[in-house]
Parts: sequence; structure tokens; C-alpha cells
Amino acid sequence: MSRFSKLACVALIGALGATSALAAGKGAAPAANPAFEGLGRAATPAEIRAWDIDVRPDFKGLPKGQGSVEQGQDVWEAKCATCHGTFGESNEVFTPIVGGTTADDIKTGHVKNLQPGSSFPQRTTLMKVATLSTLWDYINRAMPWTAPKSLKTDEVYAVLAYILNLGEIVPADFVLSDANIAEVQKRMPNRNGMTTDHGLWPGKGIGTGKPDVKAVACMSNCKTEVKIGSTLPDYAETAHGNLAEQNRTIGATRGKDINAAKGQPAAAAEKPSANAQAHQLAQASGCTACHGLTNKVVGPGFNEVAAKYKGKGDAEGKLVAKVKQGGAGVWGQIPMPPQSLKDEEIKSLVQWILSGAPAK
Amino acid sequence: MSEHPTRPEGAGQRLGKVRPAPEGFLSQDDIAAVKAGRRDFLRGSFSAAVAAMGAGAAGFSGLARAAEEGDSAILTLPPWSTSLGQGVAARPYGLPSQYEKGLIRRESPGLTRVSGSSVAFTPLQGLFGIITPSGLHFERHHQGWQDIDPSRHRLMINGSDPSMVKRPKVYTMDDILRMPPVSRIHFIECGANTGMEWGNVAVPTVQYSHGMLSCSEFTGVPLRWILEDCGADLKKGKYILAEGADGSSMTRTIPMELVLSDEVLVAYGQNGEMLRPENGYPLRLVVPGVQGVSWVKWLRRIEVGDQPYASKDEAVHYIDLMPNGQHRQYTSTQEAKSVITSPSGGQMLLDKGFYNVTGLAWSGRGKVKKVDVSFDGGINWKEARLEGPVHSKALSRFNIGWVWDGKPAILQSRVTDETGYVQPSYGQLRAVRGTKSIYHNNAIQSWKVAESGEVSNVQVL
Ligand code: HEC
Ligand code: HEC
Repeated sequence: MSRFSKLACVALIGALGATSALAAGKGAAPAANPAFEGLGRAATPAEIRAWDIDVRPDFKGLPKGQGSVEQGQDVWEAKCATCHGTFGESNEVFTPIVGGTTADDIKTGHVKNLQPGSSFPQRTTLMKVATLSTLWDYINRAMPWTAPKSLKTDEVYAVLAYILNLGEIVPADFVLSDANIAEVQKRMPNRNGMTTDHGLWPGKGIGTGKPDVKAVACMSNCKTEVKIGSTLPDYAETAHGNLAEQNRTIGATRGKDINAAKGQPAAAAEKPSANAQAHQLAQASGCTACHGLTNKVVGPGFNEVAAKYKGKGDAEGKLVAKVKQGGAGVWGQIPMPPQSLKDEEIKSLVQWILSGAPAK
Repeated sequence: MSEHPTRPEGAGQRLGKVRPAPEGFLSQDDIAAVKAGRRDFLRGSFSAAVAAMGAGAAGFSGLARAAEEGDSAILTLPPWSTSLGQGVAARPYGLPSQYEKGLIRRESPGLTRVSGSSVAFTPLQGLFGIITPSGLHFERHHQGWQDIDPSRHRLMINGSDPSMVKRPKVYTMDDILRMPPVSRIHFIECGANTGMEWGNVAVPTVQYSHGMLSCSEFTGVPLRWILEDCGADLKKGKYILAEGADGSSMTRTIPMELVLSDEVLVAYGQNGEMLRPENGYPLRLVVPGVQGVSWVKWLRRIEVGDQPYASKDEAVHYIDLMPNGQHRQYTSTQEAKSVITSPSGGQMLLDKGFYNVTGLAWSGRGKVKKVDVSFDGGINWKEARLEGPVHSKALSRFNIGWVWDGKPAILQSRVTDETGYVQPSYGQLRAVRGTKSIYHNNAIQSWKVAESGEVSNVQVL
């Protein structure tokens, strides 16, 4: 208790001190605006420690600790590989983390595969990131995606060491720590790949402050011909559903009836089928964050579930109970959390999954 | 609606001549009643029903043209004129009409792999004015959205070292709602809006090409006032870091200059109510003119510091690849941009004649000064009418009349903002930035009108 009254006191003094600060402000605050007396309280050191987790490029904020590539491999395989692939190469859930960098890039600090003329298909994380602090900070605050902030400090060091080893930035026997991380920074393949030579920072500290593209507002006879550089590919039109249903049915225009264009009656697409409704429910309930219809994400692909239980008459009841209660062990060590939906919703989802989980 | 209203004597015969479409005469309830064999209904309307069925489909529903004696929409009183409507609070939180169900947020199939790190686009093709209804505000989450218990939400202010903030503090929502608020109208646009179209046309409608764009009236407290309450050093602190309370704990660096301008708000209100959970309930940062990712949702902490932070979404994403292989980092400002929202891609013009061409213009550097519209692919331009009042760093609505002669046309809009910056063409933009930038595509959008009336997405260089 006494600690809290002391804190309140500090806050009060703080608030009083703020009176003059506010009054001296730019005047946008109403003139009669007294300091925010009585609002807020001092943050305790423990509270600041709990939330102030950011790590800057100069490694300010980095907690002490260490982890080896070998330990990192265990963390990776248990907690990361399901989504990012065993070698950080997976493109299923997100773009690949590892790939596309070379020993030469480590020397130059410029990734060759970003240079003009490269035909490398993707931009992986290691190809882009210039600052190692970024990866430490991000893994620590946000990964694993479904259980963020669950890693211990040493696990973050270890799993980052493993990623760096996959990118051949550190050797297999490496132990990454707060003591040597600045040295490793000097080996980041794209460390020299960033520029702030642009006018898109709304402050003085960064860039030129000036727009790079200059157009003029010509009003008549501005050119002699109209060059069309690109038109809509057919697949792109039909990939977005029926445009007739994405527009108002009154007014100056109607949406284009994609089904009519394909020679099908428009009405066929109007009411979502039972499958489409189940698919929507699965999306709305977050199932598809962990299950692909045809691919594994965190949990099995729904097609795999259907295949596994095909012909097993008692599957429906069992799976309904499993989805409700959650659990692990059937598909691997990662558990499914209990899903809080209405019983009949879970039942309809399970029936749909067992029927092969058709999208439509 | 158990009783069917009686119709005037002889109405059926007159209706027969007008040839109404069946759906213009029989409501769903009526049809159900016929099928159920309700004799009282049949007695009242039998002849009319037969006449209507016999007439067959009379073309585009809703396009009924008045024939000899008049329009069935007038001559036959509709159920809503002849029955009792629903009571108050039948829907305690109001919903759009059932006829508006096409205008919803939608994902672009194949753009992302999981819905928790994805985008749902605002249906700009059907919206009016400048305010985006909160339920249609675009969504972009990196780790799903949360519905946070406001009584357990906290905002912490601290410094990258103790000298930056004299009195690190914690505020509850009670504290923040007691502070004096301001309300301002601002646009928010994702830095990747129109990003799919850097290289070529990729999507059919303005919803997918420009729908990571919304505009709301936000209510909140200027961040500067709160920083001053904590004794922050606003000179030494050249940057702030904003951090979210969700799983991703999104972090972004923001220049102190913007905070000092009093434009940056710690906001809880959106269009008169609290923020929607998808938009950061109960607290988000509003950073006018800057790409949406900086408007950190579920805001839990502000750190005052003297260096930028190179967070994941400013060191791995939201960096713009230039033709020379370098990435531009810390590109935050959304430069002036405009788009015609109707007629727009995927729409069909009904007929020749008059159309109001309408669209949106905005600039992250201030107010929109003017919008020019071209109907010939950019050879000649006419100044459109801007609807006022024009707010700084907000959407502005423009309108211009056009008589379509049935011939092919290419519609474009081009904004000039108060700094004199003019929206570039694709050719001009690509000459400097190439085609791999992903972010900050503010090129002039072109919609081609074919003789059939079909409007489609094309790029004019
Ligand atoms: C359930 C799936 C899942 C798991 C498990 C997972 N991640 Fe991720 N990871 C993602 C997604 C999705 C993103 C992109 C998030 C976003 O859009 O901001 C991501 C992003 C990342 C990134 C940034 C990549 C980039 O280019 O932005 C890193 C690094 C990363 N994860 C590392 C890890 C590590 C280390 C683990 C294990 C401790 C892990 N992830 C576990 C799904 C997962
Ligand atoms: C956080 C991730 C996650 C979410 C969300 C999730 N699941 Fe799962 N699910 C899993 C995992 C992991 C497994 C594998 C469990 C095991 O090995 O026993 C699984 C297994 C399953 C199975 C097969 C169970 C078995 O014993 O074979 C079904 C069916 C299923 N999930 C349905 C659903 C449905 C329906 C939803 C949405 C209401 C859902 N899941 C949401 C992770 C998830």
C-alpha cells in the first residue's frame, strides 16, 4: 500500500509540473486547459520492464543472453517449422525467411539477387533485412505467430542463431549472444541495401523532404496518342467472384455479371451453397488460420482430416468433441486450443470437413 | 404480415396491360402465399397474378419503363405502402438495407495466404461523400484482430532512456476519456494500396485496386498533450515509437515534428462511436498523411527516443525496392492520389446519355487543391467540382458531368495538392521508381469504357 501512495504522490507532482508545460505549449490546447491533474500515474520500473521490449539497431534494449545454433534447431523444429518450413524456405503461410543470399553478399553487404537483371523469384527476409536487431526484436515480440511472446530470451537468441546459420551467415557451432551480436551485424548480407534518399519521411531527420516524381497539370492536347500499357487479364476478372454481386442494383451502373459472360445463368451464383457457408464459418471462426483446405498450416489440412477418417462411422462425434475440447497427439505435438462455437456450428463444420471441405 | 392487404377493384385488368415483371408485382411473401394455396389471397389477386405471369420477364428488374398507362411501381401499391412496418429497436444496432448486401469488405483471393495476416478492401465503388461507414473501413491485420477489454487496457509513456521522459506514466481508458478531446476528419491509406498494380493491371475493380483506403472522423487527444503531461523532452526526442497491445505488438517510428504539429492523436472515437475492434478498439494512433501501418492499433505504449527503430514493418516490409537494387527505408508519407470510383472497373453503363463521374482525391501533405478529369485517356482534361469543405489530409469528393455518346472512352482523374504536387502517370512514376516497389503507388488510374458499356481496368502510360 505504502508503495502505491508514494507512486500517487509522484504522479501528482508530475501532474503539477505539467501545468507549465501545457501552458507553454503551442496554444492548440484550449487556453483554459489545466494540466491533466489526477490523470494517469507513474509507471513502476517493473511495468516498464514488462512492456519496454523494443530493441533498436544500436542494440539498445537488447537483454543479456545467448543461444547456440544447435539449441535453435530444436526451438525451430518444435515451434516454427510447421509454418516456415524446416529450412525457413516455406511459402505456405508466409514468404520464405531464408534463401537468395550468398557468401559474396556477406562481403559486400548488397544482395546480388535484388540487383537489376536478377531473375530470383522472391524476396526472402534475409535478402531484405539490413538490421539484425529487427529480427531479434520481432521474433521476441511476435513469434510463434499463434503464441507470441512465449519464447524465453535464450530461445530467441538460439532460434535467431539457427536462422542465421540457415543463411550461412554464422557457422553451425556458433553461439549468438548480446556480446557478439554487433559483430554478426557486420555480416548481414543486405546491410548496405537501404537508402533514405527520398522525400517520403514527414520530418527533418531522414531523407530529402522533396518529392522525387514531378508531373505537371497540362490541360489540353497533352499528348498525341494514348498508349495502353496493360489491360485486365481474364483470370484476374474471374478470380474475384461475380462483380454483379459486388455492386449496387440501382443507379447509373451495374456490376458486370461474370457468370453471364461465361455463359452460365446469373442466378446460380446468388445464394451461397451450404459448402460456401461452412467455408465462411470456418474463416470467420479462425479455423483457417491454422488449417488450410488442402494444406497443412499449424494443424492438418482439412483434406487430410477427411482422408484419415474416410469410412469411419464414429468419426463425426469424436471430432466434434475434439474441436470443442482441443487437444494434441493425433497429428503431432502441437495442440489445437478448445474452440468456443455453438454445438450445431461445430457439427456442421465437422460434417463439412469430413465431406472433403470443398470451398464452394 | 399475416393479412394480405386488399387491392382496389379492377386493378388487375389495368395491370395486365402494363406488363409488369412478375417480381414487380408479387413479393416473396405473395408467392409463398400462392404456393401455400391461400384462397383469400388468390381471390383478391388472381387475375393480376395470371396477367403478370403471362407477361414473362420484362427485362432488367428495376429498369421498368412506364408503358401506356403507367408504371406498375406506381399503379400497383407495393406492400410497404399498404402494410404496417417494423417497430422501433427491431434492430437495436442498425444495419444496412437487405438490398445493399453486395457492398461489403472483401479479400482479394490469392493475395495473402492466411486471413490473420491479410487485407479486406473497402467497397469504394458504392460509397458516397468522404466518410467511410465504420463497418466498411478496410482491414489490415498482421496477427489477427482482438476485441480488447477496455477496463484492462493501458497506455504507457516512457523514454528510450530516462532523460527522454521525466515522468514515465500509465493511463487507463478512464484517464484518457477524461482528457479534452478533438475530432478531426482524416483519410487512412495502406502503404501497399494499389501495390498489386505496380507492374501491370491485376485486379478488376476499384475495391481491389484502391480499397485499402478509408476516411473517418476520429476523436482523441493530441499526443503532444500527453507527452507534455509526462515531461517528455520534445527537443531531444526526435522520434517516437508506437506499439500495439495485440499479438504482433506492431511497432512503428514516427517523427516528432508530426507530434509537435498536434496532428497525431491518441484516438478512441471513430464516426461518433468507439473504434471498431478491427480498427484498434479501444485506442489507436492517428497519424494523418502517413501510411496506415503507422496508425498503430490497440495502442499500448509510446516511447520517446533519439533514433529510428527499424522495426520489422520498417526494415523487412514497407520498404520500397528501387530499380538499382536499393530499398528505400522510412517511406511514410502518402503522396497525392485520386481515383474515379464510378463509373469504374467491373461496372456496366446502362445506356448512352448523362453520367455523373465521381471519385475521391487526397494528399498526405495537406489539402487537395484541384482535380482534373480526362475522358480521352489524358489528351484533354477538365477541372472537376470539389465538394467542400476540403479538409487537410482527408478524402475529398469530386464530381463532373459527362454525356456518354456510346463510343469507347478512357476516364482518368488527376489531383493537384496545396503544395503544387501533381499526381503522376504510370509512365512518370515508373521512370523514377521502376515496378517492384510494392508501396506508394499513386499513379493516375484509367478506366476504359467499351461500346458495350463495360468499364474495365487499363493502364495508360
Ligand atoms: C502459425 C504459423 C507460424 C509459426 C508457428 C511461426 N510463424 Fe513466424 N510468421 C508467421 C506469419 C503469418 C508471419 C507474417 C506476419 C505478418 O504478416 O506480420 C511470420 C513472420 C515471421 C518472421 C518475419 C518474416 C518477414 O519477412 O516478415 C520471422 C523472422 C518469423 N516469423 C520467425 C518465426 C520463428 C523464429 C518462429 C518460431 C519461434 C515462428 N516464426 C513461428 C507464421 C508463423
Ligand atoms: C491455433 C490453431 C488451431 C485452430 C484455430 C484450429 N485448429 Fe483444428 N487443429 C489444430 C491442430 C494443431 C490440430 C492437430 C491436433 C492433434 O494432433 O491432435 C488440429 C486438429 C483438428 C481436427 C482433427 C482432429 C483429430 O483428432 O484428428 C479437426 C477436425 C479440426 N482441427 C477442426 C478445427 C475447426 C473446425 C476449427 C475452427 C472452429 C479449428 N480446428 C481451429 C490447430 C488449430
